Formats: sequence, structure tokens, C-alpha cells
Amino acid sequence: MDMKRDYYEDIQLLDSKVLWFWFLILIASLIILPFLIPNYYIYMVNYMAVNVIVTVGLNILVGYTGQISLGHAGFFAIGAFITVLSMTNLHLPFLLALLLAAFVAAFFGFILGLPALRLKGPYLAIATLGFGLAITQVIGRWQIFGGRMGLEAPGLTLQGLFFSGGSYTLESDRQLYFLIIPIAFVLTTAARNLMKTRVGRAFIAIRDSDIAAETMGVNTVYYKTLAFAISAFYTGIAGGLYAFLIGFINPSSFSFILSIYFLTFVIVGGLGSIFGSIMGGITMTWLILKLDKVQELPYLGDILSAFSERWMSVTGFPNISSIIFGLIIILIVLFEPLGLYGFWIRTKIYWKTWPF
Amino acid sequence: MFLQLLISGLSFGSLYALIALAMVIIYKTSEVPNFSQGEMAMISTFVAYTLLGASGQSFTISFIGALIFAAILGVFLEFVFLRRAKDPNILSLILITLGFEMILYGFAGWKWGADQRDLPFPVSDFDIINLGPAVLSYLNIATLLITLILMFILFVFFKYSKVGIAMKATQQNAMAARINGIRTNRILSITWALSSLIGAVAGILLAPIATLDPNLMLDPLLKGFASAVLGGMTSLVGAALGGYILGIIENLFGGYVSIEFKSVVAFMIIVLVLCFKPSGLFARHYVRRV
Repeated sequence: MDMKRDYYEDIQLLDSKVLWFWFLILIASLIILPFLIPNYYIYMVNYMAVNVIVTVGLNILVGYTGQISLGHAGFFAIGAFITVLSMTNLHLPFLLALLLAAFVAAFFGFILGLPALRLKGPYLAIATLGFGLAITQVIGRWQIFGGRMGLEAPGLTLQGLFFSGGSYTLESDRQLYFLIIPIAFVLTTAARNLMKTRVGRAFIAIRDSDIAAETMGVNTVYYKTLAFAISAFYTGIAGGLYAFLIGFINPSSFSFILSIYFLTFVIVGGLGSIFGSIMGGITMTWLILKLDKVQELPYLGDILSAFSERWMSVTGFPNISSIIFGLIIILIVLFEPLGLYGFWIRTKIYWKTWPF
Repeated sequence: MFLQLLISGLSFGSLYALIALAMVIIYKTSEVPNFSQGEMAMISTFVAYTLLGASGQSFTISFIGALIFAAILGVFLEFVFLRRAKDPNILSLILITLGFEMILYGFAGWKWGADQRDLPFPVSDFDIINLGPAVLSYLNIATLLITLILMFILFVFFKYSKVGIAMKATQQNAMAARINGIRTNRILSITWALSSLIGAVAGILLAPIATLDPNLMLDPLLKGFASAVLGGMTSLVGAALGGYILGIIENLFGGYVSIEFKSVVAFMIIVLVLCFKPSGLFARHYVRRV
């Protein structure tokens, strides 16, 4: 069925004609999608795409290289703030600013990767947690980052993508769609490709056992820091895009809780799978946006509102999303450790071998 | 100036020491850093607040009530979630504590809202003793005393009580402890209860200095981790000393260098210690299981 006959077959980006078919369908549907759905849903798709980028980036680190990170909100914040600042203060064109921000994030990822060389599991979690909190604190206190008030994203123009200035503005969600989706698409494909190369195999070897990998000649120093840098690069780009999607950024939105949200995306999608990351990013973003308006759900919303008025506080009602996210994390870890991707694989095998 | 910074450093440091102790007790037994430690303490503090305010109990009763609640919460986390993990690796255990943290954070936000509240504490921060160049508030004294008493009780508990010795045995070698007739599962539950209780004391002592809201323990959690790392994650004495050292360093840094970057100190200490002396300042050797 899925037997690989030689090495070159194994490292193909898409390893069967069927996959190529679905890949082309995906491209076509991504192009026509914004003309078919109303504006709010385009915003939703953009948001999903940004989160997919983060999830893919974090999965490269957590799922493929086996290094846990609780500080990705820090990279996300770096991406967002550096992009906005280098556009307003240095007058860089958007794409250059985005790249600059991503490289700054990658640099911080590299720095954070250095202690990771000597740390495993719990220690690494603590160090990255500290990094995430420290970044938010510094940004919140430093005047250049707008302090507690935050920054407003500057207007985006079509020429402004490549040069500074320009007149034709990109403001509506539909126009942003054609900026965000191609970037997300390219990055996701690049990640899938990367995992099929020497680098990806080195990551996986380090995840499975870093001592064994080192004995086999994998340069763990190089690849561990590289994994951190790549992961931070992805998250930085997502942060830059997020700033323009929301239009306004302030330090309190890049909290420790956001890092856990990112981790939830990865867990729900499935560790060590790009396809899983896409699924995880999409479903969890949908859930976040739904939970923001949990009062408006039929039946359940009314019951919860009544409950909340009787027993809880009314102002704290949106916090219910934290509870649900926490439950999701625990339930996934206990019952479906491979996430949606594991579920997908099992379903596929079940139907392939049906009725046996 | 220096003396004043030292006093408030010691006062904060003793809170960090308590949180670090709570973490180390768990880490030694379950090998998982408990990321929900902070929120467990926060919820317990809110329970004390509710008992004081809504039910109008005396402070002693609400204090004890909050501690009992904290112990139950610890047992709950261990029994309901952590024990259910089938083949636990470090990532899944960390994730479970993170999930629990989210649940508690969301619950506190839902139940008590984001308003900042004051926990009425019988000892005030404004009644002071003048020590010449510096002042020492009654709250400082209370914090220092309670922490020291608690540490002494812990010391006696681990040294002389049967349960304490059983805990140490479980930490050193769970299998051997089982063979010797110790119910390690029950000991594990008790350990979680004890740790949660210590964290709750830290939360209640912190509440009058900070403001009581769901974010109360987010920052102290990191400080607790930093202290624990400073002490080597596996040493109780090290964790306690680490807490005091961190409190003092942080306050001196805030006083003399830069108040803006005060909260980065904890992170820098974590990174530096982990880079240069991963076994902590006080532990003797660093063993890594392959």
C-alpha cells in the first residue's frame, strides 16, 4: 500500500499522485475561497492561518525535536512589536520589516537554545517559561514599545509591501487574506519539506534519544539551537502578521496563557505532524472564536449565563474558555496522546482494512 | 537604603522560599515541575477571602479552612488527573499540570472576576518599627516568623515523623519503598496535599502585599521556580536558601540598578544557574537518567 521502494521516493514532498491531486485542489480552493464566504469568516480564516504558522513552528520544536517551550508568546510578541516598530520608526517596507522581525525572533530563539543544550524536560520548561514572562515584562515597561498602552499597526499599502509609502491600501480582511494565506502556505510547505531532509531527520533523531543521535554523528549543539531558531522564526512571522490582523497590540495580550494556548494547538493537532498542526491550528482557532461568544450559543449559552449569574460573576464569564482549554489539554494527554492526527490515522487504517 | 532593601528582600524571599519548597517536595517525589502550584495557591487564597468576607468567619478559621481546601485540591490533582496518565513521560505530566493551571485560572476569573481585592489581614503593613535607617513592618515580621516556623515544622516532619520518612523513602526509590510495605500511592497523595498547603500559606501571606486577583501568583510562580533551580530542584534546604537569595538579589537589583528590569532578574538567574551549574548552588552532584 504505502511501501517505499527507494530513498528518493521517501523524500518526495508529496509521495503519491493522490496527494498531488488533493494538494492542487487545496491551492485552487484557497484562491477562490475569499470570494465565496462573508467578511467575518475571512477574518476567521486569516486568524486560523496565523495560528497554523505558530503551530507548525512550535511543532518543529516540541513535536519533532522534543524540546518543550512555554515561552512562545515571547517570540510572538517580538515578531509583532519589531514588525510594527521597524515600519513606523525605520520606515521599512512591510515584507522587509516582517523578515527583520522574524530574524530577531530567531536570534532570541538561538539564544534561548543555548541553555537548552544542557537542559532536559522540566528544566527547559522552566527556562522557557521565564523567557516568555521576561519578554512581556520588558515590553510592558519599556517606553519605546508603547508601555502598557501598546502600539497601533500602521496602515498597510500594496507598494508598501516592497517599498516604503504607496497609496493603494490593504485594509479589508479580504485583501489581508491574499497576504497572509500565501505566507502561511509557503511556510507550511517549507516545514513539510524541511522534515524530509537531513535537518528534519536530525531533529527526529534528537527527539528519540539525543545521546544516541550524538553517537551516530548528529551535531546536537547545532541542530538543537537550529530547531529553536527555526521555531522562533515561524512564530515571529506569525506575530508580525497578527499585529496587522488585529490592528493593535499591547503587552498584556502576549501572556503566559497565550504560550499555553499555542502548546494546546500542537497537542490537539498531534505531536510530530505538519498535517496535524494544520488541523490543530484550525480547530482550536475556531473554538477560541466560538468561545469568545459563548453566550450566543443556542441553549447552552442561556444555561451557562443563568448559572454564571446565580453562582459566578458576570464579568468573568469569558474565562470559561480557559477552563475548556485546560480540560482539552488534560483529556487529550490522557486519552488521545497523538491528537487529531492520531485519530485521523486510526480512522484511515480502519477504513482501509474494513471489514476486517 | 541598603538595610531597607535587605529587609524587604528577606520578606519577599521567604515567600519565594515557601513556593520553592512546595515545588521541590513535588519534584522530588513525582519528577514533575508543578506549573499549577501558583494557581492552586491563588485559589486557596480566594477561598480564605470568601470565608472571611461572605461567611464572616474569623481569620484563624478562614486560614485553616483555606489550608484544608488546598490540601484537598492537591490530592484531587494527583488522584484524578496525574494518576490516570497511562505511560507518563515528562511532557505529558507537565501538560497535565498546565491544563490544571488553566482550569483553575479560568475558574477563579469566572467566580471572582478580574477585580482587584484586598484580603483583610490581621497584621498590617503600615504598623512599623523604626530601626534607624530602615523600617520593619509588622507584616514583615509575621511573614518571616511564619515562614521560619513552617520550615522548622517541615524539618522535624521529614526527620522524625513516620510519614515524613516514608516520603523520603518514596522519593529515593519508589520500588524499594513499596517492597518495604509503604503504600507509595497514598504517600504520593499526601505529598501533593503537603505541597499545596505550603503554597497556600505563601499565597495568603502574599495577598496583603500584592492585590488579590487571578494573576496573583503568575509572577511569584516564576520566582519560586528560580529559587528552586538556584537550590538545585532536589534539595529542601537549597530551595529555602535559594528563595532568600533570590529575594535579596532581586530587591538590590531593583533598588540600585533598574526597577524596570527587576522581574527579568529571576529569568536571568534561572538561565545562568542552568548554564553554569545545573545542579544548583547547594546540591552536591547532578545526575541525569538516560
